[in-house]
Amino acid sequence: MRVLGIESSCDETGVAIYDAEQGLIGEALYSQVALHAEYGGVVPELASRDHVRKLLPLLDEALADADCDLASIDAIAYTAGPGLMGALLVGASVARSLAWSRGLPSLGVHHLEGHLLASMLDDNPPEFPFVCLLVSGGHTQLFEVLAVGQYQLLGQSLDDAAGEAFDKTAKMLGLAYPGGPLLAKLAESGEVDAYRFSRPMTNRPGLDFSFSGLKTQAITTWKKSSQSAQCAANVACAFEEAVVDTLLIKCRRALQQTGSQRLVIAGGVGANRNLRQRLRAVLGKDQVEVFYPRIEFCTDNGAMIAYAGCLRLQAGQCDELKINAQPRWDMQSLPALI
Amino acid sequence: MKLLAIDTTTEACSAALWLDGEVIFRYQVAPREHGNLILAMLDQLLAEAGVTLKQFDGLAFARGPGAFTGVRIATSVVQGIAYGVDLPVVAVSTLATLAQRAYRESGAKQVLSAIDARMQEVYWGAYVLDESAVMRSVATEVVMKPEALQMPKEGRWCGAGTGWGTYEAVLSAPLEGRLDRVLGALLPHAQDLAALAVVDLRAGKGVSAENALPVYLRDNVAQKPKPKT
Repeated sequence: MRVLGIESSCDETGVAIYDAEQGLIGEALYSQVALHAEYGGVVPELASRDHVRKLLPLLDEALADADCDLASIDAIAYTAGPGLMGALLVGASVARSLAWSRGLPSLGVHHLEGHLLASMLDDNPPEFPFVCLLVSGGHTQLFEVLAVGQYQLLGQSLDDAAGEAFDKTAKMLGLAYPGGPLLAKLAESGEVDAYRFSRPMTNRPGLDFSFSGLKTQAITTWKKSSQSAQCAANVACAFEEAVVDTLLIKCRRALQQTGSQRLVIAGGVGANRNLRQRLRAVLGKDQVEVFYPRIEFCTDNGAMIAYAGCLRLQAGQCDELKINAQPRWDMQSLPALI
Repeated sequence: MKLLAIDTTTEACSAALWLDGEVIFRYQVAPREHGNLILAMLDQLLAEAGVTLKQFDGLAFARGPGAFTGVRIATSVVQGIAYGVDLPVVAVSTLATLAQRAYRESGAKQVLSAIDARMQEVYWGAYVLDESAVMRSVATEVVMKPEALQMPKEGRWCGAGTGWGTYEAVLSAPLEGRLDRVLGALLPHAQDLAALAVVDLRAGKGVSAENALPVYLRDNVAQKPKPKT
C-alpha cells in the first residue's frame, strides 16, 4: 500500500509518500516560520491562507521526489487534529476531496500519534511497549505506549508546554521568533553554575509537569541582572538545564513506574541537543534504550502522517465521506490497531 | 458540456451539476456543517445523474468573498478534486452568484450585492445582466463600511444579500428611491454559480487546480506588534 500523507495542523505544510514495502519514498515541506516571525507568533488566519497557496505545489514536489504519479497512490492520510481549526481544514478538505475524486480510501490521522510513531521511520525502530515523552511547543506529555492505538497518558504539563516556555523565555531575552532553538544555542555559551532554577514538581510524586513558574523565575532573574550578553547566556543555560533536568527526572520515574526499558522522544523539543545527550547518558546507565526520530521528523512533517495513516489504513480503517477536522482530540480515544 | 459547482462561503452549503443545460442541485442552509455536507452532496448528485467525474469538462467554486473558513473549504475541496481528476477550475465571485440568483428568482437585471462581513462592514459589488442572461460586474468588489460605499448615480436596482438585511436603511438612502426590491436574506446558490461558470469555462477561462485560489477582500487580518520604544 502506498499512502500520500498531508500535514497542515499549524505553521508547516508537509506532504510525504510512504510505501508499505519501500518505506518513505518522497517528501516535501514548507515552513511558514518567516511569515509569522514579524508577528511574534503563529497567526492562525495567515497560517490557513498560506496552506491554501502551498499545498498543491508541495503535492507536486513530493510526487516528483518519489518519482511516482498520483495513479500509484492507494490511499490518503491527513492530519485531522489536534491543531488550528482553519489550518487543519485546508489539509483535510484537499485530502478528503482528492481521495473522493479518485475513489481512494482516506483517513484523518491524530497529529500526536504521528509524532509518537515518527521514530518507527528510522532504521532502528523501537519495539513496543515503550514510554514516550512528547515534548513540543504545544504539548508536554508522557505516554505508556503498549501498541499502535494503545496509549496511556501518564502525565502532562498543567500549564505551559516545555517548548512554549522555551519560546516565551527566549522572547523575554530579546531573541527572535521562534526563540526556543536560539535560546538553546545561547545556552551553550552560558556559565553552568551562574544561576540555578528550580525543577518544578519533582519533589513530589507524580508525572505531571509545570513550566510556567520556571519561565517566571528566568524573567525575574534576568530583570535583576546586569542584562549583559553573558547574563542572557547564563539565564538561558540555567533555564535549559532546569527543563532538561525536569524532563529527565520525570522520564526516569515513568520508566520505573511502567517497568519499561525503552524511551522514545517525540516532538520539536526532541531536537534539543542537550536533552538528547543528557537522556542518553543518564538513562544509558539504567540500561534504558533512548530513541529519537531524526531531527527533521521532530518538527511537523508529512512523513509521520503518511506512516501513521498507512498503519491504520492497512488495518482497514478509513473515513466517512466527511471532512474530518478536530482542533481538540484526545489521543487515548483512538481505536487500537488489531 | 458538464460542469460541477460548489459553494460553502456563507451559511448556505450547495452543490450543483450543470449537465448540457440541465441542472440538478443540493442546497441546505447549515452554518458550520459545510465540511460534513459538501462531499456527500456531490456524491449524491453524481449518483442521481448517473455520471462520473471523468465525464466532466470543468469545476467551479465560489471563491469568496464570504466567511474565511467557508471560502477555504470551497477552495480546498475544488483544488482536491481538480488535482485528483485533472480538470480546469472556474473561480466565481460569491457576490456575482447572489446577483445571478436575484435575477433567477425575481427577474432583477441590475443588482447590488452585499454580504454582511461583520466588523460593521459589507462585501459589496454591482452587477448588470448581459444579453446572454449572465450577471456582469460593473464595479470593483470591495469590503467597506456601508456608509462609505460609492452608490450608482443612476438606474434602478435590486439589493441582494445579508448586507442588505443588516444595513438596509444605510444602503438604500443614497439610492433616493431607485431601489425596486430588497432581498435581504438571499444567500448564494451553486445553481446560479454554475450558470455563471459555464460561460467562463466555454470562454477558456478555467485555471489549473493550484491556481484555484480564494478572494477574501479583507486582507488586513493581523496586527504586527508595535516596535518597543
